[in-house]
Amino acid sequence: MNLVSSQPQNLARPSRRNLRRIGRRMSSGRISALLAAGLLILGFLPFVKLGLVVNGLILGSVIALGAIGLTLVYGILKLGNFAHGDYMALGAYVAFFIVDGVLPRVGIEGAGLGPFTFGFPVLIALPLAAAVVALGAIALDALIYRRLRDRTASTAILMMASLGVAISIRGLVQLIWSGETQHYPRESRQVFHLPMDVRIPPDGIFVAILAVILVAGVYALLTYTKMGKAMRATSDNPTLALVSGINTRQVVWWTWGIGGALAAIAGVLLAVVQAQLLPIMGWKFLIPLFAAVILGGIGNPYGALIGALVVGVSMELSTQWINPSYKPAVAFAIMIGVLLARPRGIFGDAQ
Amino acid sequence: MALLEAFNVAAGYGETEILHGVSITVNTGEVVTIIGPNGCGKSTLMKAIVGLVRVRAGSVHFRGVDISDQDPEQTVRIGLCYVPQTDNVFPSMTIRENLEIGAFVRRDDYQFRIDEMLKLFPDLRRSARLKAGTLSGGQRQMLAIARALMLDPVLLLLDEPSAGLAPALVEGVFKRIRDINSTGVSILLVEQNARESLRISDRGYVLSGGVNQLQDTGPALLDNPEVGRVYLGG
Repeated sequence: MNLVSSQPQNLARPSRRNLRRIGRRMSSGRISALLAAGLLILGFLPFVKLGLVVNGLILGSVIALGAIGLTLVYGILKLGNFAHGDYMALGAYVAFFIVDGVLPRVGIEGAGLGPFTFGFPVLIALPLAAAVVALGAIALDALIYRRLRDRTASTAILMMASLGVAISIRGLVQLIWSGETQHYPRESRQVFHLPMDVRIPPDGIFVAILAVILVAGVYALLTYTKMGKAMRATSDNPTLALVSGINTRQVVWWTWGIGGALAAIAGVLLAVVQAQLLPIMGWKFLIPLFAAVILGGIGNPYGALIGALVVGVSMELSTQWINPSYKPAVAFAIMIGVLLARPRGIFGDAQ
Repeated sequence: MALLEAFNVAAGYGETEILHGVSITVNTGEVVTIIGPNGCGKSTLMKAIVGLVRVRAGSVHFRGVDISDQDPEQTVRIGLCYVPQTDNVFPSMTIRENLEIGAFVRRDDYQFRIDEMLKLFPDLRRSARLKAGTLSGGQRQMLAIARALMLDPVLLLLDEPSAGLAPALVEGVFKRIRDINSTGVSILLVEQNARESLRISDRGYVLSGGVNQLQDTGPALLDNPEVGRVYLGG
């Protein structure tokens, strides 16, 4: 039995290897992977609730904002930042502090701006929270990570340090704002009804549009500006960047600044979408973030965007068949699957 | 006048000291080659000169200025450009972007310099929009040199430019180096390919075990029977 079954396999093996080689020559296997993913999605569409896809894209845009920062930090600092989710939570709470504690004193209050549940104060708090977390991320680098890098600490040590930062931030948030559920001032609003039983909450449209604008901004920064090119160069080859005259210290600041700001905004948007803030919200979001980053090829910001949308849609779609509380498990399954099948992600080079 | 003067340089990594006091000079307009067995400290010397490795003892002077303790991102601003042996391009960036990074510290409009480089290396012009990671070994080496030339360097440091290239390409690389030198750029070369590199060099140094062994003009080292036996393969 064994002999018989093993023979055709042996015959098949070389041809399969050849096929793979041809695929790699044509497109590094990338196109075939994308095609397969595309066909899979198209094949599933008739069986799927479109409303969940829409929800998934909204969730995916929040994941994308966090994941792009996470992947940039990894690419440039070789640090898998376990605190990134908590940077998100911190951003959400700083915005809460501004909306709840600061703005009312100067007479700025309100909710239910136009079709949205939140009010004008959240729009004011958004850039401020982004700035605070950006500066905080830079300060934490100066305080902790730079010292570790100067002592040529290993990636594992850096990651453990970020785990410590994550726990500290969460503790701090809990200490200041308590572990109770909070929320931005809100007024309930009608959802938009579209054909095919698709319902879009207006907040979701705001989230998606803001995410698109920010992602486009990051793309433009990385592609066209001098600092963006310096960041990509440093991510590619830090030594060569240094001998090309790039001030890598400045690059590091910009990376944390952008990563921190995007995380904060993602946190605020998450709080808006979920209609609540909890100290644990960022930590719980870490697995979808990492799943998106790994799916897109770690260190690749464009990949992270696609990865985020895939993870977001998968998470939401899964609720059609399984209990919604397993959503993070879906992200986790994607992460494990990618790590096993294509460790460098869809957009990473094969091998 | 000596353009670059490394005097009694000691350097290394962590606990290990690789260079135990090496001295070399490069004069304006020269091509100088450093040869020696693997692990003798050739590459370390280059890294010490550009500031990637700390100079522990001795000194490095460039145009009379002490640059022993200078950061690498400063070194490039005074006209000292370095091409590492491996990982000498930015693989996920296009050829044009690689050249732009080469011009990072330039303050003028360097577009003309990119055009000059693409003219000098026609292979690169044809694929200027390709990512550097997709280039062949030879093209990649050309791009690495072109990147370093973007700043109009006074002194170009090349770490084994012929390493890993097909023999047919090696001659072309050395011819290019000669051409670059003829435009007024002084060149310091580290080479495994000793015969080819000494042939285009004004002077050469032989390092061994982290100290100077021999120094002479290029032709004289080529004729030296001891050098011939040990480094040129008989």
